[in-house]
Amino acid sequence: MPQIKAKIVYNKKVKENYWCCVFNAPEVVKKASPGQFLNIRVEDKELLLRRPFSIHGIQGSGLGIIYEVLGKGTKYLSRRKPGEYLDIIGPLGNGFDYKTQGCQGTMVPVLVAGGMGVAPLFFLAEKLRENQNPKSKIQNVVLIGAKTKNHILCEKEFKAAGFDVRIATDDGSRGFKGYVSELLEKILSADLRHVQSASSKDAERSRGIYACGPKPMLKEICRISRKYGLSSQVSLEEHMACGIGACFGCVAETKEGYKRVCKDGPVFKADDLIW
Amino acid sequence: MKPKLSVNIGKLKLNNPVMVASGTFGYAEELKDLVILKELGAIVTKTITLNPRRGNPPPRTCETPSGMLNSIGLENPGVENFLKEKLPFLKKSGVPIIISITSESGVEEFVKLARRLDGVKDISAIEINISCPNIRNDTKIPRCQGTRLIAQDPKATHEVVKAVRKATGKTLITKLSPNVTSIAEIAQAAEEAGSDALSLVNTLIGMSVDAGTRKPKIAAITAGLSGPAIRPVALRMCWEVYQKVKIPIIGMGGITDISSALEFFICGATAISVGTANFINPKTATEIISGLKEYLSENKINNMKEIIGDLKL
Repeated sequence: MPQIKAKIVYNKKVKENYWCCVFNAPEVVKKASPGQFLNIRVEDKELLLRRPFSIHGIQGSGLGIIYEVLGKGTKYLSRRKPGEYLDIIGPLGNGFDYKTQGCQGTMVPVLVAGGMGVAPLFFLAEKLRENQNPKSKIQNVVLIGAKTKNHILCEKEFKAAGFDVRIATDDGSRGFKGYVSELLEKILSADLRHVQSASSKDAERSRGIYACGPKPMLKEICRISRKYGLSSQVSLEEHMACGIGACFGCVAETKEGYKRVCKDGPVFKADDLIW
Repeated sequence: MKPKLSVNIGKLKLNNPVMVASGTFGYAEELKDLVILKELGAIVTKTITLNPRRGNPPPRTCETPSGMLNSIGLENPGVENFLKEKLPFLKKSGVPIIISITSESGVEEFVKLARRLDGVKDISAIEINISCPNIRNDTKIPRCQGTRLIAQDPKATHEVVKAVRKATGKTLITKLSPNVTSIAEIAQAAEEAGSDALSLVNTLIGMSVDAGTRKPKIAAITAGLSGPAIRPVALRMCWEVYQKVKIPIIGMGGITDISSALEFFICGATAISVGTANFINPKTATEIISGLKEYLSENKINNMKEIIGDLKL
């Protein structure tokens, strides 16, 4: 994980308060894997710590993040112009295990994104597609949860990657009305009825869940995953100090005690986390 | 002519006076891709206790204006696991390794740890952390129960330093707390009890609250403040202590660059430690070393010792 100065090539608002920033970072691109993150320096006297962002996608030597402008750090980032440089450390952390899980035909990948949780999942979607046998009949699925229809991110991009996109909005302005975790449970219980009534091979395939989003959502995903006996991986979002495992500041409780979100995660097996 | 950067801390000779502070550099392996470790003056490890320690519940850190709060609670694998799993890499870095230790019980645990480490040749010095604000001291040390720190009491400081001094021949450094009325008084107690050097300062006890939820931003409620926000306080304490003791001071508290490092040397620090800045720019310490060489050359100073305590009044 190098520390580099990356030149910004694009930094624009996507919709609402969501922004996308792309910078040139060939050294990072080479090593990047879905679920890993970057720690970006905020060059401001008062704001001290770097800010972690999931890698959203790569194209050539370009690397993209998406972010919601919420505090002073993201405001700083949104004011950076193409041609300026960002001080970046990355790629950091352990990403999704997508090679041994989910794309070998034994599992149907279901991506579950809540709000900004689409950030790492889109990069994962591209990798899943790359690794999938073109003849595979498995239909990859992504569930996107958002506040309203105006807050839905990356719908087109997921469709272009061949994903079956299902939407949940808190206010019901698009798709399922409710949380994306509720939508997942609805789909899984329908699966169960299907398995009970049919003997098709497809129905025997279990689903592999990959989720990212706010903590209450991930807690629900872990509960649902256990209930249905699924193999699930969740990416935790956490405030970090060092981002490289040195300070032990960003821990999550697991079956094996506290683990560092930045170094041992941010992706954990749902079964290992204790909420 | 190349200016001389080497300094002595007790029996320990450092090639240069720039170290990295305990708790901010892990066990060095985490930073191996980002820092040329062999350039550092020394590495101080994250504090080790006799037994593995779980640490405090999260959230453990939050950012504050020009600083940060932390209450990690000294999570560590315990001394035996440290020696087995962490020391081999540290040894390979090629720089002096200073191991930070503390006790979860009483004086006896400090002594046990010091004895255990005394025979480990790859350890260059021992720093006793008697000033961590994030652990409850259920110690048997009188006057230091509950949230009261050893480093807040001159007699307790004297007792601990004296006991550890007897247990080890290695260079002994005592890390002091800024959360006191008179840090010079505590420094003198440590010196008198046989400490070879002083590290100062540890973090200032602080708090931060989310006004929306009315919850503390740190689960342990109070936490240690570090970063540039505490620099003027740390610097004042360095100067106060320098006037009262003869043993070397390792100055720290919000050092982020060469000019802030120089402030500490000028106020009496023989060496300095980079702490929180490691999180922001892991190359801070090595950049300060280059900056120091340039500063000395530009000012035609042959030996870095000439600037120590050279505050113009």
